[in-house]
Amino acid sequence: MTTKQFMIVNRKAPYGTIYGWEALEVVLIAAAFEQDVSMAFLDDGVYQLKKGHQTKGIEIKAFEKTFGALEDYDVTKIYVDQESLTERGLTADDLTIAVEVLSRAEIGKRMEEQDIVLSF
Amino acid sequence: MKFAILVSEGPYTHQATDTAFLFAQAVLAKGHEIFRVFFYHDGVYNATRLTTPPQDDRNIVKRWTKLAEENNLDMVVCVAAAQRRGIVDDGEMKRNGKDATNLAEPFRISGLGQLIEAGIQADRLVVFGD
Repeated sequence: MTTKQFMIVNRKAPYGTIYGWEALEVVLIAAAFEQDVSMAFLDDGVYQLKKGHQTKGIEIKAFEKTFGALEDYDVTKIYVDQESLTERGLTADDLTIAVEVLSRAEIGKRMEEQDIVLSF
Repeated sequence: MKFAILVSEGPYTHQATDTAFLFAQAVLAKGHEIFRVFFYHDGVYNATRLTTPPQDDRNIVKRWTKLAEENNLDMVVCVAAAQRRGIVDDGEMKRNGKDATNLAEPFRISGLGQLIEAGIQADRLVVFGD
């Protein structure tokens, strides 16, 4: 099968809308198709990776644990926008998995290298 | 050029679906090919035949089905997104014990793999969303 570079871009907070969860489903399927998958987290999307999701009060299933399973799917290229973290008072230590923190310009370069960019 | 299109917003609420349609029309008019149109998130609502807009408004669902019939377009609705939002074909009705279907022809319900395949096969996958 042809392998292409797919980047899934997450820009929205984990709950409030379904984009984060349904983007993760795309990541898992792309990985199952043995594509070269990466993820980028920008803007409020960085909150998706924040440790300690507690969703009981809003009666929505938390999907924080799914990020921990990405490695089993060989999805290891996880890029997080430095500026978005800083704007929200976060650092890499606040995140639930190991990621590569990159400048906005550097993420832009990675985007340019992709065959397909799916933005959610 | 071979295009694939992803529509990830619902009709009427969001212009993404109108722009996707007009883009698809323009692509075909220029003699390009559309490998597939894939509907995800609230985009699956583009596929319900029960849509009844006021008479002086565009009928987004009918517009898609007409374009598809005239150009033999493959229009695929994500099964997981469709199940969540109550978009049902015969197979899903039987599988999930529902009492009705609402999928407009020639839309078809299938898996997210169809989106990935569209990305692989097309020269460009164009995303229409928020």
